[in-house]
Amino acid sequence: MGAAVNRPTPNLLEARAVEFAYGGGPPVVRGVSLGVPAGRLCAIIGANGCGKSTLVRLFAGLLAPVKGEILLGGAPVRGIPRRQAARQVAYVPQAQNLAFPFTALEVVLTGRSPYTPRFRFEDARDRERALEALETVEAAHLADRPVTELSGGERQMVSVARALAQEPRCLLLDEPSAALDLKHRAMLVRTLAAMRDRRGLTALIVTHDLHLLDPVFDYVFALACGELAAEGPPAEVLTGAVLARVYNDPYVRTRRVEGRTLIWSN
Amino acid sequence: MQTALQLAPSTRFWRALVLLTAALILFALGALYAGGQRIDLAHLRSDQLTRVLFFRLRLPRVVMAALVGSSLAVAGAALQALFRNPLADPATLGVSGGGAVGASIAIALGLQQRISGVPLVFLFAFAGSMAAFLIVHRISRTGSLMLPGALLLAGVVVNLIASAAVLTIQYITDPSRALEILRWIIGSLDVVGFDVIWRMLVFLVPCWLVLLAFSRDLHLLAMGEDTAGSLGVNVQRCETWIHLVCSLLVGVTVAVGGSIAFVGLIVPHAVRLLFGEDLRIVLPGSLLLGAAFLIAADTAARTILAPNELPVGAITALLGGPAFLWLLYRRQRYSAL
Repeated sequence: MGAAVNRPTPNLLEARAVEFAYGGGPPVVRGVSLGVPAGRLCAIIGANGCGKSTLVRLFAGLLAPVKGEILLGGAPVRGIPRRQAARQVAYVPQAQNLAFPFTALEVVLTGRSPYTPRFRFEDARDRERALEALETVEAAHLADRPVTELSGGERQMVSVARALAQEPRCLLLDEPSAALDLKHRAMLVRTLAAMRDRRGLTALIVTHDLHLLDPVFDYVFALACGELAAEGPPAEVLTGAVLARVYNDPYVRTRRVEGRTLIWSN
Repeated sequence: MQTALQLAPSTRFWRALVLLTAALILFALGALYAGGQRIDLAHLRSDQLTRVLFFRLRLPRVVMAALVGSSLAVAGAALQALFRNPLADPATLGVSGGGAVGASIAIALGLQQRISGVPLVFLFAFAGSMAAFLIVHRISRTGSLMLPGALLLAGVVVNLIASAAVLTIQYITDPSRALEILRWIIGSLDVVGFDVIWRMLVFLVPCWLVLLAFSRDLHLLAMGEDTAGSLGVNVQRCETWIHLVCSLLVGVTVAVGGSIAFVGLIVPHAVRLLFGEDLRIVLPGSLLLGAAFLIAADTAARTILAPNELPVGAITALLGGPAFLWLLYRRQRYSAL
């Protein structure tokens, strides 16, 4: 998979000189241009509050850029009918609590709603797809549990399953691994890589798990203060010099161990 | 309970519809029969007095209870989903309070007129509800998040302001109208003939249909605003419609029957506990159970101390509160198993 990165592929998602500010506040995203190639796993890294989540919400079409444009398959994403866009792009927001005790299966079934007419319930096939999605993230045993009773990590796996049930071409995940344990973090990355290799899934993932990026991810975008500070394959971006600049932290150290990059801050 | 939730949503939907419709019919028949004056249905054809009693008083009152109960319950279910807050309902959010201010102003000004058949009181109450709604919504919202604490606090404050405003209006208006406001605040479903009911139906039925049409969007919104948006819901359009429709439902019912608490809060929860969380079941279920519940409460209100009448709002709280606590207790036990 490493060699394939050099071959140019069309961008499934693209930001062109995108600027964004919340309701007249200071700009959060400042002139970001980047392309997410189809069939690649890409990560967005950066310090807290540097605009990562906002950028992903812009890509999801939930926010409209103040300047510039966001393209999905070459067309402005806000111009695509919402339900049609929902069949192509699935978005998992940062961990959040649900107010009502929906069962995990009910949550995952909502992933089928872009394919279900307004006055129909999901049918047996949708149910099968939803259960498959839960199995993919090893959460099938949670199907009938109320999500309000699940742990933060379990809830996050359910959210990811919901996004997978949407059968999107592209997944946008906002810190999906934040509440996950060691095993499930690795499992999530493995699952994404397998889906990329098997059916060409594209994914853009906001993460602070820098050591999971190399060698599985194809590309890394580093944001600093709302601007694109660095981009490239993980091995190029995850260096002490670049990370020190991105996180504005002179204590960042990196070391290559067994083909992976270990990163820590002293 | 657990196995019932594992049924396909469509199965649960039909089961809820059949059971709740049956309950509604049963309660309605009971309410038509019960009363300070026993009505012998055999005399309906022959006896003029029985006919008047039944068609001008008893039947309209039961229908009125059904309309008000349905409207408050379905509005409560929609608000809970829209605000992602299980404690939201027209009363706790101050929407009823806003409507009450609007209606009091109309009564104090002696506005009995109608604009093309629409009583001005309806319009004033609607405007009041809408204003309260917008204030509470604006305050509780930051970005795409609803702050549950701010929402309820804003609702409490709007309610306090509203009751102070109603008191002030009562105080400065002339005594006969003040009395009229007082009687209306206590809330009663007493109605003569079908005139008012037709006028209400013109507003209520389209509102119900709009809410039912949005039930899928509300189901997704209950999962979170960004999640709903990414699943294809036009969040802003949905919000605008729910605001409008719920304000209208609450405004009209408040204008007619005063504020009747608890219906919008407990009925949706009862439906949830019986048939699961799916809003596509909870909304139509609340419509049916809301009607049945207020019919039962109103029947109790007019029969317990007959020929005297209790305020129906007190009954809804006295019946609904303990029932709600019991359901809550039962669910805790089930979820512990």
